Amino acid sequence: MIRIGALALGFFFFATVIFWSFIPGAYTHFFGEHPPKAAEKVFHLEPKDVSFSFDGPFGSWDAQQLQRGLKVYKETCAACHSLEQVSFRSLSEIGYTEAEVKAIAAEFTVPGVNPDTGEAEGRPGLPTDKFPSPYANDIAAAAANNNAIPPDLSLMPKARKGGAPYIYSLLTGYQDPPAELLQKYPEAKPGPGLNYNPYFKNLNIAMVAPLTVDGQVTYDDGTEATVDQMAKDVSAFLSWTAEPTMIERKRTGFWWIGFLIFATILAYLSKKQVWSSIKGKD
Amino acid sequence: MSFPWAKQYEPANDFTKFLDEKLPLPRFVYNAVGAGYPVPRNLNYFWNFGVLAGFCLVLQIITGVVLAMHYAADATVAFDKVEHIMRDVNYGWLMRYAHANGASFFFMVIYLHIFRGFFYSSYKAPREMIWLLGVTIFLLMMATAFMGYVLPWGQMSFWGAKVITGLFGAIPLVGEPLQIWLLGGYAPDDAALNRFFSLHFLLPFVIAGVVILHIWALHIPGSSNPTGVEIKSESDTVPFHPYYTAKDGFGLGVFLILFSIVVFYLPTMLGHAENYIPANPLSTPALIVPEWYFYPFYAILRAFTIDVTIPFTGIVLIKAQLLGVIAMFASILIWFFLPWLDKSPVRSGHYRPLFRKFFYVFLLCMAILFVCGGAPAYEPYIMLSQIATAYYFLHFLVILPIVSSIEQPKELPFSITEAVLGKDDKSVLDKPAAAKA
Ligand code: HEC
Ligand code: HEM
Repeated sequence: MIRIGALALGFFFFATVIFWSFIPGAYTHFFGEHPPKAAEKVFHLEPKDVSFSFDGPFGSWDAQQLQRGLKVYKETCAACHSLEQVSFRSLSEIGYTEAEVKAIAAEFTVPGVNPDTGEAEGRPGLPTDKFPSPYANDIAAAAANNNAIPPDLSLMPKARKGGAPYIYSLLTGYQDPPAELLQKYPEAKPGPGLNYNPYFKNLNIAMVAPLTVDGQVTYDDGTEATVDQMAKDVSAFLSWTAEPTMIERKRTGFWWIGFLIFATILAYLSKKQVWSSIKGKD
Repeated sequence: MSFPWAKQYEPANDFTKFLDEKLPLPRFVYNAVGAGYPVPRNLNYFWNFGVLAGFCLVLQIITGVVLAMHYAADATVAFDKVEHIMRDVNYGWLMRYAHANGASFFFMVIYLHIFRGFFYSSYKAPREMIWLLGVTIFLLMMATAFMGYVLPWGQMSFWGAKVITGLFGAIPLVGEPLQIWLLGGYAPDDAALNRFFSLHFLLPFVIAGVVILHIWALHIPGSSNPTGVEIKSESDTVPFHPYYTAKDGFGLGVFLILFSIVVFYLPTMLGHAENYIPANPLSTPALIVPEWYFYPFYAILRAFTIDVTIPFTGIVLIKAQLLGVIAMFASILIWFFLPWLDKSPVRSGHYRPLFRKFFYVFLLCMAILFVCGGAPAYEPYIMLSQIATAYYFLHFLVILPIVSSIEQPKELPFSITEAVLGKDDKSVLDKPAAAKA
């Protein structure tokens, strides 16, 4: 009897899970309404399918692309966003010479003091400095951007679920709100200073489309600077700033795991050898 | 306890003879994990996880000590310090990813270790003390991991700390002062971060101490085994070295491969993206959840949504939140009573047909709690976690005692040897076997 009870109960749990996981909306029938579907649930889009040279276990940086991405960052994004974790010095890792690093650093103004009067004033950046924020503080940043603070971009691909493809999609995802949205959810209409972007979590982002026209940046390597290309390049660059050690990690892992597999095979053989003198299962 | 047939340590040369007289460390090791420790010959791979847990602890301590050299527990710089480790410290990324994912793998290993105990009733006499110490280790691990997760001072660090310490606020009368005392303030800040770091550094060494007691207690009755039949003669055992050193070595290799795949190729898979955003007390994340290894207990915590009131008066006796807190702690404390809740004289689930069925239902119940713990708090997750929470307590408090008294266990083999070889001609029980098997 109890066995039957146990089976029934087990089956009940099993069936419940299966039922809920495979039949969308089935549960509302029993347990009342799901929270009302907000506009962002319906119109939000997952990041586009885009691939990068550093994807996968054998990926590597494309130094040309990272340099193009840096240029996009410098000439557009840096007007609003900092890269507070990234020092100019580290740009040598993506192929810049010491002199070039110095020149890039000097293009930025970082907080400093006047050596004569001791008063606070900006000074040109040095290789040891980090990419500064263009704003004196958060209040100034918010005031200049419709009360939204442009976040630091150093870790952006790691700080959002979709990684680099998310940033690419966000940059290329600006569009007019669909008529259907305005009809069904009039309250989801972008407010003043907000822009419709279905890749953003709540559809309305305070950042104006930063990349709008082809050729907005002039690439040094002759690559055609389409909006799509610029978005891709800057996403790649930000992936590098988020984890400059990514490729080193993957390469180290390759040799280390190779060694481990070899060692584990040996361990397995020696275990077999040791146990072969014992009868029966081990 | 050592069995009478255990091999004796013999110092090989003058130096080891000298050592054996003054400080018999080699003898100690020989008797603990060497040829002098007889172990059941039929242990399966579920018996690998104890050694693996020990490995994880050592790994956490080594990587943790290195991280601590470069970290600073100051709310204004903690986040940047962790990024400094990732970028500027030689192999800092490896230390950090190994430490963060090491915590996850530690919990995976410990869960398998604990569920091995559930299935084979390893908690039963004469091994109650091992079990009690084990549950203590698990509680210490939870505290350690919780405080460790606060250290990088990202959004989840901050809000996780806030939610969990907020639970203490649910305790009547002393709740709020207690919460302020724990945090050193009204919300997590420098004071909390510093004490969490201090305790996060300390607790692993406390764990190591309890682990020593755990292993000491283990060496008194020795390991149980998949049949649950105690050792009867020498032919039931093999010396730990080389048999189980070889097997544990292989197990460690497999573990390291899986662990390394995550560390080197999927290092952020088990974490939350939000924790790469610096802590911001003014912006609440959409979904605050702990690390995955706390999900089942977090689900139990959130399963209580209705205050207990005196009917028709609206007077609240116990707040729902308090009930949740009590249930969450109770769900683990209940494990302390397990040796006395399960009264069946048979240990192994293989010989307990009825128990085994309920064991699988229990696994399913844990799986449901796991899913619900990581899910947002709306239907069907609330309802599911309520059912599963109810079943969780039912399992330990009602089902186990009843099953263990009514079930008809299957016939047990005479000995481990018989279970392995099909026959055992030594039915003389307590006479130490003279000849080698
Ligand atoms: C005019 C100022 C401005 C410029 C130029 C700008 N941004 Fe932004 N950005 C913002 C603001 C403001 C926000 C905050 C948006 C919000 O929270 O609604 C933001 C947010 C973001 C986010 C975070 C979105 C999220 O998921 O929260 C990313 C990623 C981003 N910007 C990337 C870029 C990149 C890449 C560039 C250069 C191509 C760029 N931005 C140029 C102002 C700017
Ligand atoms: C029981 C063993 C341990 C467990 C379960 C554990 C768990 C954790 C966890 C979950 C984190 C957060 C990781 C992250 O998100 O980055 C962490 C961080 C940290 N731990 Fe541990 N830890 C243990 C032992 C130690 C030891 C022994 C030390 C030092 C002596 C230590 C030092 C640190 C430091 C400095 C950090 C912050 C750096 C970082 O976030 O990467 N840990 N720990």
